[in-house]
Amino acid sequence: MPEIITANHLIGGDVVFLAENGWTPNVDRATVAEDEATRAALEARAAEAEAMNIVVAPYAVEVRREGSRIVPVHYREVMRTRGPTVRPDLGHQASLGAS
Amino acid sequence: MYRYDEFDARFVAERTAQFKDQVERRLRGELTEEEFRPLRLMNGLYLQLHAYMLRVAVPYGVLSSRQMRQLAMIAERFDKGYGHFTTRQNIQYNWPRLEDVPLILEALAEVEMHAIQTSGNCIRNVTTDQYAGVAADEIEDPRPHCELLRQWSSLHPEFSFLPRKFKIAVTGAPFDRAAVKVHDIGLRMHRNEQGLPGFEVIVGGGLGRTPMVGKTIRGFLPADELLPYVTAIMRVYNRFGRRDNKYKARIKILVHEIGVDAFSELVEAEFAKGDHGEAIELAAAEVARIEAYFAPPAYEALAEKDPAHLAHLFENKAFARWVRHNVAQHKVPGYSIANISLKPTGGIPGDATADEMRLVADLAERYSFAEIRVAHEQNLVLPDVATRDLWALWQALDAAGLATPNLNLVSDIIACPGMDYCALATARSIPIAQAISRRFADLSRQEDVGDLHINISGCINACGHHHVAHLGILGLEKKGVESYQITLGGSADENAAIGQLIGPGFAAHEIVDAVEAVVRVYLDGRRGQEERFLDFFRRVGVKHFKEAIYATA
Ligand code: SF4
Repeated sequence: MPEIITANHLIGGDVVFLAENGWTPNVDRATVAEDEATRAALEARAAEAEAMNIVVAPYAVEVRREGSRIVPVHYREVMRTRGPTVRPDLGHQASLGAS
Repeated sequence: MYRYDEFDARFVAERTAQFKDQVERRLRGELTEEEFRPLRLMNGLYLQLHAYMLRVAVPYGVLSSRQMRQLAMIAERFDKGYGHFTTRQNIQYNWPRLEDVPLILEALAEVEMHAIQTSGNCIRNVTTDQYAGVAADEIEDPRPHCELLRQWSSLHPEFSFLPRKFKIAVTGAPFDRAAVKVHDIGLRMHRNEQGLPGFEVIVGGGLGRTPMVGKTIRGFLPADELLPYVTAIMRVYNRFGRRDNKYKARIKILVHEIGVDAFSELVEAEFAKGDHGEAIELAAAEVARIEAYFAPPAYEALAEKDPAHLAHLFENKAFARWVRHNVAQHKVPGYSIANISLKPTGGIPGDATADEMRLVADLAERYSFAEIRVAHEQNLVLPDVATRDLWALWQALDAAGLATPNLNLVSDIIACPGMDYCALATARSIPIAQAISRRFADLSRQEDVGDLHINISGCINACGHHHVAHLGILGLEKKGVESYQITLGGSADENAAIGQLIGPGFAAHEIVDAVEAVVRVYLDGRRGQEERFLDFFRRVGVKHFKEAIYATA
């Protein structure tokens, strides 16, 4: 903890994060679970979205807050929030201007 | 090159239609991901770190200009303008949308290509020497045998659910450019005392978490007995391969556990069971039919030496350098094999943009009988260039930034996609390749170092072939950060060897210095430039490097 839920969008395959109003490519908009109950609620929503064929393979990711930003603890997950480190012109980092 | 027969065309069309239907059902919610996953994998579609990834088979690495143009079109229209050539001589697209995949497969089928058997526990794309059919040192063209194996293994009902994936490599030349000793089955062509062509059959090689050099189970197999014999191997593996443990399921573990002699006896007993007369006759007829497709192109009768070419070599140092490193000897006088390096300084190994693919397709059409090869080193090859055309070819490549003269040098690095793309990765590999390539950007320095192959994998699965590099790098995770291990002394050729670990891993910011330190140890200790890195390593051993590297660290 704290944790967020991530998955891949079924149709496009792009990385998405569970937010208040659905799924977002912007990790900073993800809903952060600070306790077990919230995480369980998020997981239930994610499972529902998976069953409805909106996303694929959702899972929880540990994060920390850095000001207004949400940053995963593991470097793999940091890369998933951005895109290939060798192609800054591609992935979410390009469209969202994330640094 | 080979053209589909009616059967091929039908099965690819049927499979494309079938997968289109499966994708539609998935998108409508009629198939769950659990149901759909094995279906998409059977069609080469993975879900990676950032997106889906489609792996397209390039049978034994041979492409026509027309096919290359279609690959460029797909990159542009359905992906992000580029593709990635892999160590399996295939091409991968990193960003296809699921809804577009049926259209991509249709576009591939138009040019007799597909993505079938590029995933899953089946016989994967057969790989071979990128110089097949044109190499000066070749005994016989291996491509007809590769094609026979392709046809036989495509949708083979008995071998579609093997204990694990299965990779076959073939070489028709004594100098092994196809790494046959580190494949599940490696076939090395040679002639027997009567002068007949056949294969040394090598089984149980492989990389991954348990790297092994294959063992010879048959010194000489007449070429026309290939299919029945390979069938016997597959049957033994299918029966005795470990299905209980994914990490012990490859044929190398079976061969290792029961011993090569026992394995060989099982294969020979299985082989002896059948009367293969009919199969051998059929195979011989089929190979003869296939061979017609691989008949040499209409070569002109040219002199071995072209005066204008020699003059250009004399006058232009950059051209001479490119010829020295990237051009190989062709079997026909007056012709050359031209390698196109996909490893520019600081570039991403194996990546090619749609424009680059189209340019290569055009140049192949103009200068190489419209044929291109993909090398497992992640470079491209124009196999049939008249030596007098090399100058014009080089100018066109150079203008497009595709004339990096670094084949087999330090910056000709094999690198798997690693954590920049791959969901299984434990670390990144591409940025390490880029940093090494920049550090050694000076070509004179690379030439001084000479023949030194660096391969990088982003996890223990070893898609980057790090075990068989002269200098291998394996990216791992250590205490929450990327860490890189160095192995030395590996080799993928006919004297295949698995590299030896020099010691504890290096952090990402240390690894390039460590590589440079290894190179320094070699340069300081070698007996002149004639002693190549690998020779030096074999003379001094891993301990020598270990002491020098960790003492200064
Ligand atoms: S070696 Fe590992 S990281 Fe690299 S492509 Fe293979 S599975 Fe992915």
